[in-house]
Amino acid sequence: MTKDTYDIAIVGAGIVGAACADAFAGRGLKVVVVDRDVVGSGATAAGMGHIVVMDDSDAQFTLTHYSQRLWQELHPELPQDVEYEQSGTIWVAADEEEMAEVLRKREYYQKRGVAVEVLDAGQLKQGEPNLRNGLVGGLLVPNDAVLYPPCAARFLMARAQQRGARLRLGASATQIQERRVRLNDGQEIAADIVVNAAGTNAAELHPGIDIKKRKGHLVITDRYPGFLRHQLVELGYLKSAHSVSRDSVAFNVQPRRTGQILIGSSRQYGAEHKEVDQIMLASMVRRAQEYMPALGKMSAVRVWTGFRAATPDKLPLIGPCPGFGSVFLATGHEGLGITTSLATAGILVDQVTGSKPEIAVEPYLPSRMAKEHLHV
Amino acid sequence: MSKYSRERFDVLVVGGGPAGIAAAVRAAESGARVGLVDENLSVGGQIWRGGASDGQHSSDALTWIEQLKKSGVTLLCGKRVFHQPASSVLMAESTADVCELGYRNLILATGARERFLPFPGWTLPNVMGAGGLQAMVKSGLPIRGKRVVVAGSGPLLLAVVSYLRKQGAKILLICEQASGRKLARFAFALMRYPGKIAQAFDLRKDIARIPLATSSWPLCAHGEQKFEAVTISRNGTPETIQCDYLACGFHLVPNTELPTLLGCRIRNGYVQVNNLQQTTAENIFCAGEPTGIGGVDLALVEGQIAGLAAAGNITSAQQLFSKRERFRQFARLLDETFCLRSELRSLPSAETLICRCEDVPYSRLREHTCWRAAKLQTRCGMGPCQGRICGPATQFLFRWNPDSVRPPVFPARVEDLAVQPQAIAEVTGELQ
Amino acid sequence: MSSELLVRVNGAAVAVTPGSTVAVAMAIAGQPCRTSVSGELRGPLCGMGICFECRAIVNGIPHSRTCQMLCEPGMDIHTDE
Repeated sequence: MTKDTYDIAIVGAGIVGAACADAFAGRGLKVVVVDRDVVGSGATAAGMGHIVVMDDSDAQFTLTHYSQRLWQELHPELPQDVEYEQSGTIWVAADEEEMAEVLRKREYYQKRGVAVEVLDAGQLKQGEPNLRNGLVGGLLVPNDAVLYPPCAARFLMARAQQRGARLRLGASATQIQERRVRLNDGQEIAADIVVNAAGTNAAELHPGIDIKKRKGHLVITDRYPGFLRHQLVELGYLKSAHSVSRDSVAFNVQPRRTGQILIGSSRQYGAEHKEVDQIMLASMVRRAQEYMPALGKMSAVRVWTGFRAATPDKLPLIGPCPGFGSVFLATGHEGLGITTSLATAGILVDQVTGSKPEIAVEPYLPSRMAKEHLHV
Repeated sequence: MSKYSRERFDVLVVGGGPAGIAAAVRAAESGARVGLVDENLSVGGQIWRGGASDGQHSSDALTWIEQLKKSGVTLLCGKRVFHQPASSVLMAESTADVCELGYRNLILATGARERFLPFPGWTLPNVMGAGGLQAMVKSGLPIRGKRVVVAGSGPLLLAVVSYLRKQGAKILLICEQASGRKLARFAFALMRYPGKIAQAFDLRKDIARIPLATSSWPLCAHGEQKFEAVTISRNGTPETIQCDYLACGFHLVPNTELPTLLGCRIRNGYVQVNNLQQTTAENIFCAGEPTGIGGVDLALVEGQIAGLAAAGNITSAQQLFSKRERFRQFARLLDETFCLRSELRSLPSAETLICRCEDVPYSRLREHTCWRAAKLQTRCGMGPCQGRICGPATQFLFRWNPDSVRPPVFPARVEDLAVQPQAIAEVTGELQ
Repeated sequence: MSSELLVRVNGAAVAVTPGSTVAVAMAIAGQPCRTSVSGELRGPLCGMGICFECRAIVNGIPHSRTCQMLCEPGMDIHTDE
C-alpha cells in the first residue's frame, strides 16, 4: 500500500495522458501517471503526428482549432527531436465535386478566422510537383503542422516531472474506483481524482465506455528530401473518416523533417490483431501511387499498424465519467489525438479545478453518450 | 511497375549458403519440386562467397554446388525476400522485378552476419567488418601491399587473414578478444574434429608469421577523412598502429528476422527447432546459423536433415542425427571460446555513434531503459538497416531485448508492397 | 576483350576490372559512398548488403547499395549526400 496520496492519478502515458499530466502539474497539483509500457507507446507511437484543423462538425472544429493554437504557442519551447514543422496541409481535389468541397471549406474556415488559400490546378502542381497531373486543385491550410509524437509525449511528461509529477512505467492498471487505481502487482494508488487516458484500453477499465478500435496502417520510406513539402490529404479522406462501418483507405502523405515520407492512411473495423493486413496495405499503397506515382519506386523501410480509439460520434470523451464522482475520462480521440491533446488537457483541467474553460465543453462530455442511450 | 512473376514449390529454401544448398539438394533428390532463393548473384552465401568461380573454396563447396546445379532445383538468385503477404507465400524482389513464391514447406537458411561493436572512430571509411573487407576484396578491392589490422573475435578472423594474405595484403596484427587460454583450449578441442584439424593446419601455415594478440581489442580508430591508424589494447597497454584498413568483427549473430516475422519461436536469440529442424511455425523448417552458430559442417548436416524432412523423407533425415550432434558440440565450443568479455562494454565513449543510420550517440541511448523506448525516442534501429547493425550492439552494451520485427523484413520498393498474391485476390473484391 | 571497364565516380573516370562492384569503384576513386545524417563521411562496413553504409546515387537512383551492384560500362556514380 503506497503512503502517497495524489491529487491526480492518470492512467496512460500517451500524448493525452502526458499533456494532462503537464497541465495539472502546471497548476501546482500533485500528479502521478501510470502506464504499462513506455511513454507514448500506444497510438502515440503509431500515428502520423499531423496537427490539423478539421471541420467534420462545429465541435470538432472548435476543439482542433483551439488545440492547434496551443501547439503554435508551445512551439518555441519544443526541443529539436519533437521535429515540429509548420508544413501546412493541402486538401487535394481530384474532381469538380471535391473542388466544390474545397470552396465550402474555405468559406467555413474564413468565417472562423482560419487562414486558408484555394489552389487551382497549376498552383497545386507548383506547390507539389510530384502530384500527378490532372488534379483539379486544393485547399492550403498553412498553419497546420507535423511533429514526431513519441518525443512530443516525452517532452510533456518530462516537463510534468520537472513540476513534481511522478511516472510509473511498466505498471498496468487493472481497476479504477473512486479515488483509487489498482495495479496489476496488487498495489493501489490513492488520488482525489483519477483520469482514464488509456486510449484503446480505456474501455477495459470502464466497460460502459463505447470505444472501438479503428485499425490503421502506415508505411515509412527512406530519405528523399525535397520530394514533398506539405501534408497532402485527399478530400475523399473525409468520406473515409466519416464512415462508421466500411473499411477504407485514403491518400494521406506526410513529409518528415528527416526527409522520409510517411504514407497513409487506412481505417478498419473489428480488426483486433496488430499484424499487417495485406489487402489494406496493398489498397492503401495503390491509392497513394494514384496521387503520387513516384512513391512507387521509393524504398519502404517499415510498415506498421496502430489502433485509434473511436467513439460513435467521432468526438472524444473529455470530462466526468458517468457513474463516478471523482473519475474523469480523456480518451476516444480517433485520428486527432496529437492535434487535440493540448486542448483536451486544457478543458479537463478547467473542469477539475472549476475554472472557466476556453471553449464550451458540452459536446465532449462523456455523459452525452449516456443521454443518447436513454433516448434509445 | 516491377515485372511480376509467380512460382510455386513443394519446398522453398530461403538462403543459398551451405545449409540452403544442402537442404535444396536433398529435398530435390527426395522428389520434391524445389526452389532456392538468395539475394546474391551466385549461390554460396557468405562463407562460400563467389560460388564455384572463386578458386578459393574447398572441394566440399565445389561438390555441393555441382550437385545443386544438377539437382533440378530452380535457382532464384539476385532476389531478396521482403514480405509474407499471405500464409505459404513469400514475396521477393530484385532491381527490376518482384515475384510471388508459394510453397508447401519452407526452409529458412538465412545464415548469420557479423556482430559490430562500436568504439571511437569505427564509422571512418576503411573501417570494415572482417567478413566485410573480405567481401570487398572478393568484389575487386585492390589489397596487394596494403597494411591491415584484423580485430574482434571468432574463427572468421583467421579465415579472413588467410584469404587476405593470399591476395597479397600485409596483415600487421590479429587482435582476438578471447584470452590465450581459451584459444588454446579451443585448438586442443579441435582435435576431436578431424576435418577441422586439417583446416586448422592449413590455417596455421597461412598465418604462421602473423602476430596474434589475444585478450586484445580495438580502443580507437583514427583518421580525418578516412581511417589511418588504430589504437589497440594489448596486455592492457594501448598501442597505435598505422595501417590502411581495419577489419573488425566480433563473431556472428544469426539472421533471425525472417523467422521471427513468420512466427517462429526464438529462444536465447536462436530459432527453436526440433529434431527434424522444424520450427514452431507450421510447415517452416530452419537450418544452419539461425539455429546456433556452428559453422559449415553443422550447417550442411542441418540443411540435409531439413531438406529430407521437408520432402517427407524422415528415415534418411534421422540417419544424420548423430553426425549433427557431433557438430553441435563444435557449436557449443565456439560459443564458449568466443563469448564477449565485459571490457568491450566500455569501448564506446559518450559521442561514439551506436546507430549509424540515424547517427545516434551512446550518450543518448544510455538514458533509456529498453530497446523500445530508445527506438521511439532516438530512432535508433529505425533506419534502413532495420537494427541489424545497432541491434546486436545495443543488446550487448545495454542487455536490451529487441522487440518485434515489422515488414518488410528488408527494405523494398513501395510499389512491391502493393502486390496481391493470387490466393487473396481470388477471395476478395476491390476495396470501396 | 578489355580487361577493364570505365565508370564515373563524382564526375571522374575510374577503371575497374569486370566483376567489380560499384562500392569497389568508389573505393578505388578514393571517394566516400555517402554522407551520414550528421555529416560524417561513410564507406562500406558489412560488405554483404545489410548495413546500408555503401549507399550512393547510381545512374540517378538514390540509396543504391553499391556493394551489391556490379559495375557496368558508363555507369554514373555519385556520393549520396
